[in-house]
Amino acid sequence: MELQTLTYIVVGITFAVYMGIAVWARAGSTKEFYVAGGGINPIANGMATAADWMSAASFISMAGLIAFMGYGGSVFLMGWTGGFVLLAMLLAPYLRKYGKFTVPEFIGDRFYSRTARIVAVVCLIICSVTYVIGQMKGIGVAFSRFLEVSYDIGLLIGMFIVFFYAVLGGMKGITYTQIAQFCVLILAYTIPAIFISLNLTGNPIPQLGLGSTMIGSDVYLLDRLDQVVSELGFAEYTTQARLSTVNMFAYTMSLMIGTAGLPHVIIRFFTVPKVKDARASAFWALIFISILYTTAPAVAGMARLNMINTIETTQSENLKYDERPQWFKNWEKTGLLKFEDKNGDGRIQYVADPEKNEMVKIDRDIMVLANPEIAQLPNWVIALVAAGGLAAALSTAAGLLLAIASAISHDLLKGVFAPNITEKQELLASRVAMAAAIVGAGYLGFNPPDFAAGTVALAFGLAASSIFPALMMGIFSKRINKEGAIAGMISGITVTLLYVFQHKGIMFVADTSFLGDMPANWFFGIEPNAFGVIGAIVNFSVANLVSRVTAEPPQEVQDLVEHIRVPCGVEEAHDH
Amino acid sequence: MAFKSEDDAKAYWKENVGIMIKLLIVWFIVSFGCGILLVDELNTIKIGGYKLGFWFAQQGSIYSFVILTFVYAKLMATLDRKYGVDDE
Repeated sequence: MELQTLTYIVVGITFAVYMGIAVWARAGSTKEFYVAGGGINPIANGMATAADWMSAASFISMAGLIAFMGYGGSVFLMGWTGGFVLLAMLLAPYLRKYGKFTVPEFIGDRFYSRTARIVAVVCLIICSVTYVIGQMKGIGVAFSRFLEVSYDIGLLIGMFIVFFYAVLGGMKGITYTQIAQFCVLILAYTIPAIFISLNLTGNPIPQLGLGSTMIGSDVYLLDRLDQVVSELGFAEYTTQARLSTVNMFAYTMSLMIGTAGLPHVIIRFFTVPKVKDARASAFWALIFISILYTTAPAVAGMARLNMINTIETTQSENLKYDERPQWFKNWEKTGLLKFEDKNGDGRIQYVADPEKNEMVKIDRDIMVLANPEIAQLPNWVIALVAAGGLAAALSTAAGLLLAIASAISHDLLKGVFAPNITEKQELLASRVAMAAAIVGAGYLGFNPPDFAAGTVALAFGLAASSIFPALMMGIFSKRINKEGAIAGMISGITVTLLYVFQHKGIMFVADTSFLGDMPANWFFGIEPNAFGVIGAIVNFSVANLVSRVTAEPPQEVQDLVEHIRVPCGVEEAHDH
Repeated sequence: MAFKSEDDAKAYWKENVGIMIKLLIVWFIVSFGCGILLVDELNTIKIGGYKLGFWFAQQGSIYSFVILTFVYAKLMATLDRKYGVDDE
């Protein structure tokens, strides 16, 4: 069957499933809207968390980044999985015991301060909004490439689908659709990887294939890859570090604590019945996530090798431009792949030297999407990849939008401005907030601000430097008080923001960095994206110092800390 | 409070933090240790086509994380039962 028709059918079926689930899982109370009624099975919640977590960036971009960064790309693999260990041990069980609806609500109660709650809401909204722009772009791009509709129409369709199940079902609808989306995205990711691993190494398990010998020879795939990239003048794949050891360390740590501090992931743990379910759920989430994250390095290495083999068919015998394959032409049309015949020999040279390199643009994002075509896999696999990319973007967008909507309706409206509204009014308000968040995110998707590209890193930096330390200290220390927590959050964010803006421009507008971008002057050679960990250290230190010189928290707050440390007697997630 | 005594509550929390710290040490060793700080030394050892340091950074650390969260859930469940604070 024609690829186009097949793609329409596969994507159409998945969308019909999501809509069907939405109608079935409508929310009737605020509790269902915010925490899916608090009765989700831990395995189901693990699957939903995995889909919530794995975004367009994990699905589409990560393997492409690793393909070009080699060993240096490990920071994403370790950072985005290791954070779940911290979440499982430091935050999830205790926050579940506390048993309310939102992250700012905990911060407000634990630090007995409306100001702390509002500071947390601001951090949450900045993190989530910057993150959601990326998802909206992912939806638009996936539609426009695979369904040949324009970016704008694609984005509108995506908004409509999310609107339907998120406004109707809240967390309940989102949870069940995320389970379906996880199944779609994990199949779409692993099936092409299995095919490619079989083609190259004869081993159907990509994780083992990457460590195996090439089919019909006794050379290991990774050795072959190291050899070909070195011959082309690139750094050796398996040892190419990201700047320096210190930088890799800081980058990995920033991503880990950022992951553990992202509100849309944390609130997923409010949906299970008991404390022990929260612990189990973190384990299941990590199992499901690790399927993709251990496959990604295999996809990365194999895609790089396949690409080079396509261009340089045999040793120093390069592909003629006129004989380039169909996928090459398709991606040239999108502008994400560009060739320039610098030496005029009509053949494609792909080398590290920028003077001689004729592949002037290879967008990292095309590696996963083009991979099945490069490996000449059947059309239904390519159609499945399109559906998988959309599932990844939609599931994460919905989770983020819920975190934003609940912060507005529950923390700002009910918590601060209109405490006397009834549950029915609050449910209506949360639906309106959700609808407004979707429209706002859609607007930003249509008009992505210039700084959009840099902001996902900022989301991690902010979560790492503000939310994670505040939550952790709130649980593990009785001494940290309101003054300490507020001063800590504000100074952590400020330091991180100043460092990022100084080196990347204020709000990422070039040339506004006040001292000029100067990699030579990076603090210990740490790149701005990896600075969240320093912000977190500042937060911890300031909070401790300030708390020491001010009055200790009142007795009822110390009792609250005692209370959340004991797993039994959990109440269902409730309002008061 | 469901503990029999104040001492029980203190002992429970101490054991809880102990489990956590031990597992976090492993968490640190498999990722930051084997995957970053000691990567060059470990890369001299090969398992199949994988250099060991590279394997830890891109595969081994992730498998270890999965095992760690599993062990944590099990140990904590046992601890909860020991102090009679499990939620059954």
